[in-house]
Amino acid sequence: MAVKDRLSGNEAVAVAMKQINPDVMGAFPITPSTEIPQYFSGYIANGEVDTEFIAVESEHSAMSTVMGASAAGARAVTATSSAGLAFMWELLYVAASSRLPITMAVVNRALTGPININNDHSDSMGARDSGWLQIYAETNQEVYDNMIQAMPISEACRLPIMICQDGFITSHGVSNIELIEDEKVKEFVGEYEPENYLLKHENPLAVGPYGISPYYMEIKRKQAQAMKDSMPVIMDTAKRFEEMTGRKYGFFEEYMMDDAEVALVCIGSSAGTGKEAVDRLRAEGKKVGLIKLRVFRPFPRIPLAEAMCKVKAVAIMDKAESFSNSGGPLFNEARNSLYDLENKPYAVNYIYGLGGRDITVEDFYDIYQDLFVIYDNDDPGDVYRYIGVRDSRFR
Amino acid sequence: MLKKAKDINERSTWQELTVGAEIYEPATSMLNNTGEWRIMMPVFLEDKCKHCMLCVPFCPDSSIPVKDGKRLDFDYMHCKGCGICVKVCPFDAIDFVKEEK
Repeated sequence: MAVKDRLSGNEAVAVAMKQINPDVMGAFPITPSTEIPQYFSGYIANGEVDTEFIAVESEHSAMSTVMGASAAGARAVTATSSAGLAFMWELLYVAASSRLPITMAVVNRALTGPININNDHSDSMGARDSGWLQIYAETNQEVYDNMIQAMPISEACRLPIMICQDGFITSHGVSNIELIEDEKVKEFVGEYEPENYLLKHENPLAVGPYGISPYYMEIKRKQAQAMKDSMPVIMDTAKRFEEMTGRKYGFFEEYMMDDAEVALVCIGSSAGTGKEAVDRLRAEGKKVGLIKLRVFRPFPRIPLAEAMCKVKAVAIMDKAESFSNSGGPLFNEARNSLYDLENKPYAVNYIYGLGGRDITVEDFYDIYQDLFVIYDNDDPGDVYRYIGVRDSRFR
Repeated sequence: MLKKAKDINERSTWQELTVGAEIYEPATSMLNNTGEWRIMMPVFLEDKCKHCMLCVPFCPDSSIPVKDGKRLDFDYMHCKGCGICVKVCPFDAIDFVKEEK
């Protein structure tokens, strides 16, 4: 029987890690992911896991530590957030190009400037081109479920993976959760048996060689292929997970999309607020839908474009600025994916929720109203917009 | 079957490379020609050499092979032409000349 409990998102991730019992955790505490290594080190102290916990002096060292452990043949995990993730930047690329299947719990929060500790997606969105798989969650249940699926995906693809959740909103928010039995988790995740690793003495190995110009590009091309090949692995793992738990996952979730005329695409916990707006608008007879993106890396370009094409106008929501003057990262990739299709919807961008700014059901109402205006007037207007920001023009 | 380093070269396609550019054997740097940026080159004068072996440990690139207690000619694939061997040789058994390419 599945175990019902009430957990914060951080504790849910820590419990998943406990059930997996990885070989090594290298971590430096930083809010709001602090609780993950904190809970986990408690499990170690209590003898509930036999993981080697390596307390490091910085996130740069945390990532270096888990890279070393992973190359040595261990199942290695870490957790971080915000500036901590930023401090790992250099190593993120090395981990990915060395194809080390490291699992990292990322608790999304703003990057400082100005100083801020609250939720947005600036940290992991900034790391979007580092070659890591990225899976996002709306709820505590989802982040737990994603954590259980992380290693089977990562190890099969030999790519590192970030399991992301919204800082404070799910990381510290306590909600009901259904845990999977320990033995089922162990069976699902399986033993880690890498083919080659540094501690395999009969098979000398060098990891991370110098990649001079005649090789660098081929190495990167092979890495890009691994990202491409991860698509079916993610779906197969989700299918296997559904067989175990009955909980269905994909690249994204479609909510009331079948007959929708306008829709919204977003990532993470905001989808919950968005769904409430959808329910209320549906009760008023408005045909609105929502797409919640779960997998951002690899970007599910073709299936997402097909889903967006069901509607006439779509709002793509970014909880991160890219300062490109052409919208946020999700907008650019999602809108780009529509380019080859003939009957594409209008696509506009909303930057929202930066530095913990709240997004309300009313905000989503406004966005859906905007979409109907676009739909009725057949004119997208300015596609690069903000919502939830004080603006003198609209006083 | 693990791929051997000798089977990977600058004409290998991306599909032919190993995952993560891993190398599955030790000492593969010996396959790389790192002697190509030499300007000056040492020349071994065998008739003057007493095989005292002083030059061997001084060579920073292990480019002086030794066999049966005797030093052999330079390994020019790895010698950078630093000239340390020339300085340490007590018998003027190593000449130092500009390399003609």
